[in-house]
Amino acid sequence: MSNKITVENLDFFYGKNQALYGISLDVNEREVMAFIGPSGCGKSTFLRTLNRMNDTIAGTSVRGSVSIDGQDIYAGGTDVVALRRKVGMVFQKSNPFPKSIFENVAYGVRINKIHSGKADLEQRVEKALRDAALWDEVKDRLSTSAFGLSGGQQQRLCIARALAVQPEVILMDEPASALDPIATQKIEELVVELKKDYTIVIVTHNMQQAARVSDRTAFFMLGKLVEVNPTQKMFTNPDQKLTEDYITGRFG
Amino acid sequence: MNTSAAHRNRRFLNSVMTMLTAVCAFLAIAVLILILGYIAVRGVSAISIDFLIDTPKPVGEGGGIGNAILGSAMMTILACVIGIPLGIAAGVYLSEYGDNWYGKTVRFLADTLTGIPSIIVGIFIYTLVVLPMGRQSGLAGGLSLAIIMIPIVARTTEEMVRLVPKAMREGALALGAPQWRVTMDIVLPAASTGIATGAMLAVARVSGETAPLLFTALNSRFYNYFYDQPMASLTVQIFNYATGPFDVEHQLAWAATLVLVGLILAINIAVRYLTRRKH
Repeated sequence: MSNKITVENLDFFYGKNQALYGISLDVNEREVMAFIGPSGCGKSTFLRTLNRMNDTIAGTSVRGSVSIDGQDIYAGGTDVVALRRKVGMVFQKSNPFPKSIFENVAYGVRINKIHSGKADLEQRVEKALRDAALWDEVKDRLSTSAFGLSGGQQQRLCIARALAVQPEVILMDEPASALDPIATQKIEELVVELKKDYTIVIVTHNMQQAARVSDRTAFFMLGKLVEVNPTQKMFTNPDQKLTEDYITGRFG
Repeated sequence: MNTSAAHRNRRFLNSVMTMLTAVCAFLAIAVLILILGYIAVRGVSAISIDFLIDTPKPVGEGGGIGNAILGSAMMTILACVIGIPLGIAAGVYLSEYGDNWYGKTVRFLADTLTGIPSIIVGIFIYTLVVLPMGRQSGLAGGLSLAIIMIPIVARTTEEMVRLVPKAMREGALALGAPQWRVTMDIVLPAASTGIATGAMLAVARVSGETAPLLFTALNSRFYNYFYDQPMASLTVQIFNYATGPFDVEHQLAWAATLVLVGLILAINIAVRYLTRRKH
């Protein structure tokens, strides 16, 4: 398998506060990698460095390198807009736009001008909704407001929205933390399904979720990467005592 | 028992306070109802089709406010065309990029401008536009109203745009939308109802302005379709009728007031209807 994302010695600062310390990590093509760790350990911050979403926060700075397909995304002259199209993101809280269901999914396609005409756009929206396992639930009300959907449906809509621009990597920041168990299960099944076509990095607080969906797991603590291992090994026989303590619930 | 006595006491106090606030709420709305009711009762008898389309006539020959309605509409439209886009753009800047000394200065000045007596705006335009042109005009009147509108629209737009959740912006940025498209496609539509309400407030405010029009637009006894001529307005017309010595004039002033209030109400309802939440 080839490396999709390569991170070397990444430091990250909010103003003068250092949030990440020398992270080095590879993510393979078409694998699901889970980030676990206590709140405030930097896993979300790290996830957001992978599509430069932290650029929107004033006063942040980065040292080290993040490469996607061998290209350093923090190099001068990087097209952040193109990067974010390639590296999609799903947020903790579903954040549909104040538009119809159809327009929510179509938005990314429209702004990136991926489609070739109206029929093509409709096909792309349908495919994205099907891939996000939402099509059957919304096909009869595509023109109604996205806010009329349930929480779980809204989150799948956000996934569909991310899929519609045909990214290669999908970053998910605790995508199921605000959902009930049934909606959570749907999202998890979706992640496993999407793995066939996409590289997925998922942040989660739910250890069972990490165990169920991911190929490899990375454990973060206090801004440092403690351990990366195949998920199976991580949850049965971790290398580090710290990881074992966290997973068995001795702290955090 | 002690506790039940305290309980009774608290319930009694609670109901008294609830009643008190209800009475206050009624008083607040009652004043408005009284004013509207009084205007309606006094004004309605003088309203007729002729009154709505005629120009003012010598006392005793009837006369109307047709040209004043047109003038008010023309000047308010001019004020909107200038004031609303400028105000919205300024508000978006203040909210999205205005966290610096420049933004703070603009914000402070806008707040100051909102509080300035409107007659000062009139004097300003008188010096800047009327004197060089050599005469009062609808243009000068409209500009005065625009200046009053801009800070109101800017500050309400800023507040409304700030209310749009950060998560919504990030959602669009994460799809590869450039910043300006996020503002145009996501933030402004999400804030549109609030922005429209702010613009409406500004329109309602300037529709009732008399002072800045007195020596900028002056008045006119005729229908005037051009911005470079003195222009009649409802408010100045009301002022003239109301300060006249004859009862028939006072009667016309009441009727014109009713028309003005009705128009503002109609605009408000229309905008509410047009900007009702679709998504």
